[in-house]
Amino acid sequence: MHIDTPKKLEQWRRDCRKRQDSLKKKILVCLGPGCLANGSDKILDEFKKVLKDKKAKDVSLEAVKKTGCHGFCAQGPMVVIEPGGIFYAKVKKSNVAEIIEKTLEKGEIIDKLLYSDPDNGHKYTDYKEIPFYRHQVRISLRNCGQIDPDNIEDYIARGGYAGLAKVLTDLRPKEVIETIKKSGLRGRGGGGFPTGRKWESCAQIEAPIRYVICNGDEGDPGAFMDRCIMEGDPHSVLEGMIICAYAVGSREGYIYVREEYPLAVINLQKAIETAREYGFLGEKILGSDLSFDIRISRGGGAFVCGESSALMKSVAGEVGEPRAKYIRSVQKGLHDQPTVLNNVETFATVPVIIDKGADWFVSIGTPKSTGTKAFSLAGKIRNTGLIEIPMGMTLREIIYNIGGGIPDGREFKAVQTGGPSGGCLPADKLDLPVDFDTLTKAGSMMGSGGMIIMDDRTCPVEVARYFLEFLVHESCGKCVPCREGLLQLYKYCTKITRGEATEADLALMERLSKTIVTASLCGLGQSGPNPFLSTVQYFRDEYLAHIRDRKCPGGVCRELIQYVINDKCTGCMACLSVCPVGAISGEKKKLHVIDQDKCDACGSCHDVCTFAAIDIK
Amino acid sequence: MNIDMNKVTEILERNPKEPGAIIAVLQDFQREFRYLPVPAMVKASELLHVPLSKVYSIATFYNAFSLTPRGEKVIRICKGTACHIKGADKILEQIEAGLKLKPGETSADMKYTVEVVNCVGACAMAPVLIVNDKYHGKVRCDQAMGKVKRG
Ligand SMILES: Cc1cc2nc3c(=O)[nH]c(=O)nc-3n(C[C@H](O)[C@H](O)[C@H](O)COP(=O)(O)O)c2cc1C
Ligand code: FES
Repeated sequence: MHIDTPKKLEQWRRDCRKRQDSLKKKILVCLGPGCLANGSDKILDEFKKVLKDKKAKDVSLEAVKKTGCHGFCAQGPMVVIEPGGIFYAKVKKSNVAEIIEKTLEKGEIIDKLLYSDPDNGHKYTDYKEIPFYRHQVRISLRNCGQIDPDNIEDYIARGGYAGLAKVLTDLRPKEVIETIKKSGLRGRGGGGFPTGRKWESCAQIEAPIRYVICNGDEGDPGAFMDRCIMEGDPHSVLEGMIICAYAVGSREGYIYVREEYPLAVINLQKAIETAREYGFLGEKILGSDLSFDIRISRGGGAFVCGESSALMKSVAGEVGEPRAKYIRSVQKGLHDQPTVLNNVETFATVPVIIDKGADWFVSIGTPKSTGTKAFSLAGKIRNTGLIEIPMGMTLREIIYNIGGGIPDGREFKAVQTGGPSGGCLPADKLDLPVDFDTLTKAGSMMGSGGMIIMDDRTCPVEVARYFLEFLVHESCGKCVPCREGLLQLYKYCTKITRGEATEADLALMERLSKTIVTASLCGLGQSGPNPFLSTVQYFRDEYLAHIRDRKCPGGVCRELIQYVINDKCTGCMACLSVCPVGAISGEKKKLHVIDQDKCDACGSCHDVCTFAAIDIK
Repeated sequence: MNIDMNKVTEILERNPKEPGAIIAVLQDFQREFRYLPVPAMVKASELLHVPLSKVYSIATFYNAFSLTPRGEKVIRICKGTACHIKGADKILEQIEAGLKLKPGETSADMKYTVEVVNCVGACAMAPVLIVNDKYHGKVRCDQAMGKVKRG
């Protein structure tokens, strides 16, 4: 089918909705990365198999849908039954027959599969009532977990390509840019640059060719929002890019996808082909004068390629080394032509802004950071998963109301945002609102949306060392301050974690950081010292404990701690068999002993002991 | 090591014959052979008119490429932030001790290759261990070797 007028699109939308409504019940099985790893594909197959074998009342085979990430990864594999948003958590293959029989045929709720609040045991039927979901506002994630990414009709039924149709019928390119400017949308890839202004600068430059590129590199090692959007709702990214192409006058676009995300590549590729088939991509889109097509470029697994100029080199088939920023990529980007580069989430947000209007978007969030932001919550937090919140929500609200707080009765120590370019904020910053400027002022940054929670068993020095190790490995090596500076910073940081550093070393590190920040070529180096600087700013006492007392308050740094077996040991041999260096001796039902000379304090014994018989000293 | 040059030709055929396609071609080689064989790189260099030195520089720049053959089972340990703070190092140590291999190494019998990766986007189930393409989440260090052997 080829949709060649906006009117036909609306007709088709009505048909799609009718078809969707004719399915009296829908079974949504999450195939997001978390659920998939827990075997949700087998659950999906089982639903299909059981429904094929038996004729269930009001339930057809088409009612079973695979979706992208629904968000609440900690409760996966999850199954949602619509209408009613009935949310079944931690579903097993063996539950499938029962779900069909009871919930789908008889409308009964299966109590044992419902999510129950770990604090008060309250059970929720409709997922929208669960605190994890209740406090969220989903714009860029609007379709994730709700639609089958391979089925364009699902996207159309939920208002897909309406933004594009509106742009093509009602708005001139300038007006599109005005709308985006007015909406206050800022780039979701980390920097927070105003999107409308970027588009405007690109459109103003005289050039035969202009490119639109989507940054799906998601380099922050602890973030998965972009992945979930690309996998779970690929058309929203395409639609945003097509609108941008219309606004800036481009015919060619690229999506740069990270090598580690094969499913994102597959789903985007399918979406591109479908979009071409229906006339959303290619020549004369929806019968207008707009012609635009998109190609996928697979990344090579290099963090620096998320940086704009390096990314463009990589798309052109070269080594991804950044260049100095005196020429901006909106002027000379890919193949030296004006180029708009935006993040996945930024593009996914654009169609909604067009559809609902700039004023609506401005009404959400804060005056300078409008709208919402997606985050992936991970680390030492109960409700790990994918969330989207209005800008301005405080860290505390995110971590405690949505995230459910810290598990295992431990205490909050720090929250890390912005990945290797960001920083760690301590407990007394929990009431800061999350927006671009506040987080930057506090010494961290919004980043692309990784949010890692750390409890009292985390060592800020070790976390800084971890990020520095990452950056040393990922520095492209083109400029000296970054290549050599970060390496030295890493070496000193390692010295501290070993209890071998002095306070003079710490002062030297702070001086060196200043040089790296000032003199590096690209954002990688310029922000590289941030994890160190923010931890030393907020957790200086822990740095000093390592240096002066040779102690690691978090109980992490191996050279500074000892594992000792206490008399709760039952002699179960669990720790003995897991010790990778053979440092534990003992017999069954007798107290075990750790040979401190052999022990390298990896902590494996501590992790497997179920009797709290191993102390960290 | 002998490689099937027909496969090389096939891959070169299905990609555009322009210098810009070099990364895509190398990615296809990597997928097919699980490393970048020298004869394949030479052929690509000739056909796409990219100097061999540049092919080599690309091959060593990007983490996705390896210049030595990989084993039948590729064990990847995630060392992304979430996995790191949930003890990925311990998983790695178990595997290093169990297989007597360091990251990047392949066993002499070509059975196992151990690699570390930075976040595979499944942080919610940290720490993550991937055996070929199968993800294992919330891995405890005492389970790591079992998963390597079985899956
Ligand atoms: C070292 C480095 C890595 C980056 N990685 C990413 C990334 O993975 N994804 C992303 O969208 N932006 C990344 N950026 C930011 C991009 O350079 C660019 O600002 C962004 O893609 C622009 O899109 P936006 O305005 O929509 O945020 C990175 C920047 C630097 C300096
Ligand atoms: S940190 Fe390991 S999957 Fe993200």
